[in-house]
Amino acid sequence: MTLDVSREYDVQPLWLADRKIGWGVPLLLVLTFVVIPLLGNEYWLNAIFVPFLILSLAGIGLNLLTGYAGQTSLGSGGFMAVGAFATFSLVTHVKFISLPPALFLAGLIAGLVGLVFGIPSGRIKGFYLMVSSLAAQFFLEWVFQKFPWFYNYGSSGTISLPRLDIFGFNGGSSIGRYYLTLVIVVALTWVAANLVRSHVGRNWMAIRDMDTAAAVIGIPVDRYKILAFAVSSFYLGIAGALWAFAYLGAASVQSFGIARSFQIIFIIIIGGMGSITGNFIGAAFISLLPLALDYTVQSIFSGHVDAGLLQNIQKAIFGFLIIWFLIKEPDGIARLVKTFGERLSAWPLRF
Amino acid sequence: MRSFLLKTILAAALAGTTLSVLPAAHSAPGEQYVPLPTYRVGPYASSGTLWWAGERDYFRYINEVEGGIDGVKLAVEEFETEWSPDRTVEVYERIKNGRDGSPVAFFFTHGTPASYALIEKGAADKIPLIDPAGGRTESTDGKVFPYAYPLLFNYYSQASVGINYIAQKEGGFDKLKGKKIVTVYHDSAYGRETQAAVELLAKKYGFENFQIPVADPGSEQSPQWRQVREIKPDWVFLRTWGVSTPVAIKTAARFGVPADRIIGDVWAGSEADVIPAGAAAKGYQALAPYPGGANFEIHERLRKSILDTGKSDLKDPKFFGAVYYNIGLINAVLAVEALRTGHTKFGNRPLNGEEGRWAFEHLEIDDARLKKIGFLGLLQPIKLSPSDHEGGGAARIQQWDGEKWNLVTDWIQADRETLRPLIEAKSAAYAKEHGITPSDAGKTTGKAE
Repeated sequence: MTLDVSREYDVQPLWLADRKIGWGVPLLLVLTFVVIPLLGNEYWLNAIFVPFLILSLAGIGLNLLTGYAGQTSLGSGGFMAVGAFATFSLVTHVKFISLPPALFLAGLIAGLVGLVFGIPSGRIKGFYLMVSSLAAQFFLEWVFQKFPWFYNYGSSGTISLPRLDIFGFNGGSSIGRYYLTLVIVVALTWVAANLVRSHVGRNWMAIRDMDTAAAVIGIPVDRYKILAFAVSSFYLGIAGALWAFAYLGAASVQSFGIARSFQIIFIIIIGGMGSITGNFIGAAFISLLPLALDYTVQSIFSGHVDAGLLQNIQKAIFGFLIIWFLIKEPDGIARLVKTFGERLSAWPLRF
Repeated sequence: MRSFLLKTILAAALAGTTLSVLPAAHSAPGEQYVPLPTYRVGPYASSGTLWWAGERDYFRYINEVEGGIDGVKLAVEEFETEWSPDRTVEVYERIKNGRDGSPVAFFFTHGTPASYALIEKGAADKIPLIDPAGGRTESTDGKVFPYAYPLLFNYYSQASVGINYIAQKEGGFDKLKGKKIVTVYHDSAYGRETQAAVELLAKKYGFENFQIPVADPGSEQSPQWRQVREIKPDWVFLRTWGVSTPVAIKTAARFGVPADRIIGDVWAGSEADVIPAGAAAKGYQALAPYPGGANFEIHERLRKSILDTGKSDLKDPKFFGAVYYNIGLINAVLAVEALRTGHTKFGNRPLNGEEGRWAFEHLEIDDARLKKIGFLGLLQPIKLSPSDHEGGGAARIQQWDGEKWNLVTDWIQADRETLRPLIEAKSAAYAKEHGITPSDAGKTTGKAE
């Protein structure tokens, strides 16, 4: 390509600004919006795709905070709980509200809570910030059990929505839940992808890599850290609400405990911190691989080996796979995939 | 993968798993599919393994010794859930359409949080959720919850029997006035279920009601028992489960709360709960709708055909007759008798969910039948109806003497008349919230498919 020398200097050559949208993303969208609902049965939609999508969304949320902005946080479960309980309160007390606006508002509430718990990030870093986020996790868990107002004085502390009212339509069927989850996840993924490519994302990455240098070049570090907490909690809140109502149907704080926080941090570590597709890979690994393992092992050994032993064997295999993948590629599976893609692009040359 | 040998081995292993010729778990169309969401790993596994052993032994006895229920064999399959409601929901979605043509007539939830999570799905898919001595208490009202069965002894009845026993020990209900009764509960759907009932009974009898939660799994309880000590209660009602029970008993002893003033509920009253607590548990009482012990008629039959022939699911035959093993037997026999009831109407074939509902709603086991099936003394007579999904509501109290459980009372009936309005209020609230019209009693489709 030759540069046209008659151009002015300050006009960007068009070919640099040419963003081609490859065929990958549209194909994926067609696959998920059209093909899967047509082919998939209720089990696949309800128990495989919906939790996979929701956990990916939660992974995106935590990845924005930990992978891009570098703020380690173990409070993901707590922020998911905020989103779930906020949605429940909004739908129960504000009678005319439909589910998507309720989800959005609940996300904002979760974002506010995240903002508050992100304030320590101005003073403490790394490991110590993780401890303060742990405080957020336990505090939020405690709050939703201690005050009966949050679960509308029910006898058991579980929240559930009578109907999934999506602008008048009843989204309660498995197709409805699938589409609700899919639309929200696709929209928020698009937002997240653009966010990390914008100046916000670049500032976050600067803070992650060396926050002193970022402050020196003029990035308002404290503000961006708190923004990271807020945005991350927004995503986690919506993921939590979807987990409670689009997947489980009824949830209590038990579903948003410290185990959930660890699950999400595993998702982003295995998938790849600092990448968007890594969350999907990580969620598939963490949520679907145990199921696949269960199926395979059950079909071979069920009835011949003690069931408890079988379970423990599966856990051992799962742990071994995590260790193996992290040794192979400490930056996560997303990096593995990217490297493989780059080598493939050099095909048929030696790769 | 550097060496060729390694690659070959890996490839062979992969091929072996995909082209496996070992028989997979399956069932034939003439069989009744019975999925069991179990937990053999995790903090509740010690209770769980005995429970599944009891269920599997009884189902095996039915299949092998009695040739199935009226000739229909049971195809049992287990799925691990670690007592997590999320995983039980996944298992439910996997099996709700049956397997290889065998339909699912009912689904044991094996846990109250799972019953909660599945209550709407069960109603939508028309599969009865069976949770003896557990479940969502409002679902006793079968008109609003046609597909949820807190069989035999719901949580309000448990609270009521506990209070009735305390009154018995104090010398009358009037003596309860002013007494302090603390409930230490596992902070989950299971632990909180009794709160409303205890509150109602506290208002009725005038005792002071304290509720102290223990966060899951409850391996450290010093702050809670310090609080209990400050209150200086007359009685403690222990509503924990899993590892939190022995920890509670030990911590209570450390803080000077005597074990003979602690009453555990159904799920806090097994050998796995008291043996780890050691000497601290001597004198501890528990509700026993199904007492422990291996001297009942059914145990003789099982001993002869299952235990002694080595076909038992129990790893350690010492636990034959333990409380959780008997719980498994009871769960299994309720299901089997319900299926038998269903066969009288629909014929001797595998039943689906709707037919299972009819079967459970018309389940009736009287003393004569109990004697015939060998459960006299172990299971109380039970009679269900479309408006009453509980059917029993009585328990005995057993006390641990350091070596075994001894029954110290006769059957104590729960105060169901006082509790029924509370149940109906809650089920009406649920019906209103979800827009359900309570079905007329007895109105079921009763037809196949």
